[in-house]
Amino acid sequence: MIPFLNRSITRWAGLLFCSILLIVSFGLNLKLGTTQITWEAVWDAVFHYDSTVIEQMIVRTTRLPRAVIALLVGAALAVAGALMQGLTRNPLASPSIFGINAGAVFFIVLALHFLQINSMSALIWIAFLGAAVAAMTVFSLGSLGRDGMTPVKIVLAGAAATALFSSFTQGMLVLNESGLQDVLFWMAGSIAGRELQHLQIVLPYLLVAFFVAQFLARPLTILNSGDDIAKGLGQKTVLIKGVTAAVIVALAGSAVSVAGSIGFVGLVMPHIARFLSGVDYRWVIPYSAFLGAILLLLADIAVRYIVMPGEVPIGIMTALIGAPFFVYIARKGLRSREEGP
Amino acid sequence: MNERVYRSKREKVSFLINLSELMVIAVLIFLLLVSFIISLSAGGKWLSLAELSSVAAGLANAEMNLVVFELRLPRIIVAMLAGASLSVAGSILQGIIRNPLASPDIIGISGGGSLAAIAYITLLSGKASIHFLPIAAFCGAGLISLLIYMLAWKKGISPVRLILIGIGISAITGALTMLMITLSPNASASQAYIWMTGSIYGSSWVNVLSLLPWSLVFIPLAFMYSRHLRLQELGDDVAAALGSSVQQQRAVLLVISVALAGSSVAVAGAVGFVGLIGPHLARKLTGASNGSLMVSSALTGSLIVLLADTLARTVFLPKDIPVGVFTAAVGAPFFIYLLFRNRNN
Repeated sequence: MIPFLNRSITRWAGLLFCSILLIVSFGLNLKLGTTQITWEAVWDAVFHYDSTVIEQMIVRTTRLPRAVIALLVGAALAVAGALMQGLTRNPLASPSIFGINAGAVFFIVLALHFLQINSMSALIWIAFLGAAVAAMTVFSLGSLGRDGMTPVKIVLAGAAATALFSSFTQGMLVLNESGLQDVLFWMAGSIAGRELQHLQIVLPYLLVAFFVAQFLARPLTILNSGDDIAKGLGQKTVLIKGVTAAVIVALAGSAVSVAGSIGFVGLVMPHIARFLSGVDYRWVIPYSAFLGAILLLLADIAVRYIVMPGEVPIGIMTALIGAPFFVYIARKGLRSREEGP
Repeated sequence: MNERVYRSKREKVSFLINLSELMVIAVLIFLLLVSFIISLSAGGKWLSLAELSSVAAGLANAEMNLVVFELRLPRIIVAMLAGASLSVAGSILQGIIRNPLASPDIIGISGGGSLAAIAYITLLSGKASIHFLPIAAFCGAGLISLLIYMLAWKKGISPVRLILIGIGISAITGALTMLMITLSPNASASQAYIWMTGSIYGSSWVNVLSLLPWSLVFIPLAFMYSRHLRLQELGDDVAAALGSSVQQQRAVLLVISVALAGSSVAVAGAVGFVGLIGPHLARKLTGASNGSLMVSSALTGSLIVLLADTLARTVFLPKDIPVGVFTAAVGAPFFIYLLFRNRNN
């Protein structure tokens, strides 16, 4: 398939366009909502903050944190999805389909309610652990059998793992009713009412992961042409796969620990990124990051308008956008070899 | 031979009676009876057999009568009916789709039922009778199955595509259901959420009565149509060559399955994996001859949900865990096992 932007210069231009779009969505995210805020106030709140002006205070205390979180979480999920699709050569791979989100949520709820761990810095490691356990389970289950890993098996294993984890989570929540409402909202994926402190703890992991992801781009592109070819070209495939898996876990785990289980961003965005920029992961990864961030910023605006003045968890929005896309991919047909009998 | 054939006049109904399978069914009924009695006596207040029999004879005090007749009995009956319905629905689906992994919740039918039921509860709360809830759930389940079927249709239905699209559609209906819950004004979100997991907590005779007609009509219907299911399993060409009107029978079977799944979802919520495990267990026990498969699926389904619910309400006393948690705890690993066993095809 010839990508939409097939020359280096147009790809740079596309990336520039994406970043403009990102800035605009970021601004809109700060401006729109139950309280409309003027552009001047938004500008002042960001650059000349004056805490006596109510409008500026709203922007600074409630909207700015969630916009920043939306940006980073969206980028993290989309990059995680891109890496997973690259690593598994599977168009349906993404954190939510693999059950990684559900696994991380399960471990977090377990830690919160039964081990009484409340420090965010400990929870983030627990989220990583949950993400890793889920990813490994689904990955190994999906790779069973003679024909190796097929999209169908992965999806089924992921669905089973998700059902298992989420039903355990529900059981625990029922046992421990207090705060069910909060956790419920968070489980559906929500970035409302998050504070920047949450982000500060995961930020180092996220930044390192983004950085490493960009380094993995080249080897991943080679790996995509098959293990044998990659080995033949002198690549340490096991090392590359291991590092990629670690990066995926770090990205998805951080995203879940901040924002709960937001599905389908990691599924859809890499596809659009590939459509725009081709198969070279050096481009796919940054495009995914930008597109994921834009999607989540815009979805976060939409959730404020559906039930004014209430809010809908953002995970619902992304599922409503992403699930039809999933159906589309499933219908369009995976390559016949992948589909199996 | 220990087999007899029963044929009604003009052969509208006919089935094979295999004595050894009959034995298995008798054992299942016996087990169900035992679980029924255990479930009646288990709970916050344990009742001995003597106490139970005094209740049955109408000699017990009001408190015990309340516990048995108003709290436990309706709940047990709902568990059994819902389990039987889901399991029969699952065994029909596995036959039609010819895939051992099919079940109402994985295909997305339960999701459609949940969505319609939640919409009915939140949008029409107070305006319409709760008795029509199963009908709403049935319509939802039916529409969603139609949608999934249409989306999966591409010069015929490939089972794999059907399952993938079912999973996708489940995600959509799940999101919409969550949306309804968070939108609901009276903020009964946690209740609705528990219900989505599948819970029969607080079932009353009203629930029993709204579920019973559906089970009474459609489970026997499933039994009568099971011989067509057997043909469907052979593949469309063979079935057509043997004189079965394939598409028509498939539609009827699908409607039966949707009706059973929808009505049980309406009353018991989306209890997961019963429609998957029940039929498999039944097939192991009685073999795939479909008449007895339907009966034994109904029995295994009842047993599973009844036992799961008894555990769910006694293990963590005084808390009451949604039964769906237990069925998923058993069912998801079983699903994984099935994946493992079918890994090469």
